[in-house]
Amino acid sequence: MNNAAIVIIDYGAGNLRSVANAITKLGYQAKVTSNTDDVLNAAAVILPGVGAAGDTMDSLEKLGMSKVIRQFIYERRPFFAVCVGLQILFSGTEEQGWHECMGVVPGIVRRLPSGLKIPHIGWNQVKQMVTHPLFDGIPDETNFYFVHSYYANPDDISVAAGTTNYGIPICSVVIKDNLIATQFHPEKSGTYGLKMYSNFLKATLSER
Amino acid sequence: MLTKRIIPCLDVTQGRVVKGLSFTHLSDAGDPVELAAFYYQEGADELVFLDIGATPEGRDLMADVVKHVAEQVFIPLTVGGGLRSISDIRYTLEAGADKITINTAAVLTPDLISQGAQKFGSQCIVVAIDAKRVNSENKPKWEVCTHGGRKPTGIDAIEWAGRVVTLGAGELLLTSWNADGQRTGYDLELTRAISETVSVPVIASGGAGNLEHLYEALTIGKADAVLVASIFHYRIYSIRQAKDYLAERGIPVRR
Repeated sequence: MNNAAIVIIDYGAGNLRSVANAITKLGYQAKVTSNTDDVLNAAAVILPGVGAAGDTMDSLEKLGMSKVIRQFIYERRPFFAVCVGLQILFSGTEEQGWHECMGVVPGIVRRLPSGLKIPHIGWNQVKQMVTHPLFDGIPDETNFYFVHSYYANPDDISVAAGTTNYGIPICSVVIKDNLIATQFHPEKSGTYGLKMYSNFLKATLSER
Repeated sequence: MLTKRIIPCLDVTQGRVVKGLSFTHLSDAGDPVELAAFYYQEGADELVFLDIGATPEGRDLMADVVKHVAEQVFIPLTVGGGLRSISDIRYTLEAGADKITINTAAVLTPDLISQGAQKFGSQCIVVAIDAKRVNSENKPKWEVCTHGGRKPTGIDAIEWAGRVVTLGAGELLLTSWNADGQRTGYDLELTRAISETVSVPVIASGGAGNLEHLYEALTIGKADAVLVASIFHYRIYSIRQAKDYLAERGIPVRR
C-alpha cells in the first residue's frame, strides 16, 4: 500500500462513500476531506459528483475549493472528476438557468435532448477515442453506469477521449494532460469501473 | 446504446433475506451481503433491497447491511420499504444506498417526493407504484394501491405516474397486481401506458415466471428495466441465462 495521499474532495455530495469504498477495495487509502490544504498536498485528487452542477459549484466556492482545484489542474497534477465533477470543469451549465463553472475545459453543459428518457440511467457503451493508460485492460465499448440529465460539449473535441451514444453522441470521458473526467460513475460500474480507478492510481503513484 | 437493466430484488426483514432461498452453495443464503455479492458477480445491473419488516430496529439492521454491501458491491443499490420521511431517506442514503424507493409514503405525503428530489436529487428518488386493474367500460383503467397492493386508493395509476414525475421522481418502479391481488406477471398494457406517459425510466416489477415475460416487459411493455425476484431466488434461471435469452432476441444487455 502506497503512503502517497489520495484525496477525495468532500463538498457535501452524496456518493463519497462509494468512491472511497472503491479506492479501499483496490488496496489504497484515501482521505476524504473538505480541507483545501489536504488537496494542495495530495498526490492525486478525486472529485465525486452527484446532484446539480450549480449547487456543486456553490459548495466548492464556499469551501474555497474552486481555486485550489483550478490550481491543481493548472499544475497538471493528477485529477479525476466524476459525473457532475466533470460538468463543473466546463465553462458553464444550462442546468437551473445559467451557472458559470470552472472554465478549465472550454465548452457548455446542456440538457439531454428530449425524445429519450431523461435522466440517462443505466449501462451504456464507452467508445474509446484514444489509446491511453486509463483504458488499459478495458475493452472498447465496455458498458459503464450513467445517471445524468445534462451533458458536456467540449469546444475542442480532442479532449473527448470517450464517447457514448444516447440518441446523440455524448462526451463520456475527458482527458486533458493529467486531468481525467468521466460522465459515468466508475465506482458503480463493476469490475471495469474499478479497473479504471486502478489504472489512474497506478499511473499517478508510479510517477512519484 | 443504453442497455436494458436486469435488477434482482431481495426482500429483507430484520437484516436477513426472507427464507425460501435455494443457494445451497453459499455459506449463508440468508445473509443479504453474501447474496448481493453473488448477484453482483453473476452480472446483475443493479440491486434492490426491500425491507418488508420495516420496524425501526429493522431499519438500523438494514443500514448495516447496506454499509457492508456498499463495501463489496460496485453496482447501484436501491433500498426501500417503510420509508416515510426525509430523515428516513437521508439515513438510508448515508448508509450507502444510491437510490431509495417510496410507495405508500408517496401517496400519503406527495411532498416527500419533491422535498426528497430537492434535497438529494431526482436520481435518488424512485417512486414505486402498485397498480391494480379495475373494471371499466371502454378504456382500460388501473388504480393505485398502497400497503403492499392491499389498499385501493381510487387514484388513477396513469395520472399518478405523471404526477409523481412532475413532483420530481427520477424513476418509476411499477408493479402490476391483477384484480384479485395476485401478482401474475407484468401487465404489459399498463407498463406500456405508463412508459409512454412519463419521460423518466420505468422499471417493471411483478412476478415474472419465465424469461419470455422479461422479454415482453422490455419490448411490448416498453420498460427500461425489469425487477426480478423468484425466478432468480429459486434458481429457476440465472442472470446469465436471462441476459443470453434477451440478447439472442436483439435486446441490448450488459454482458
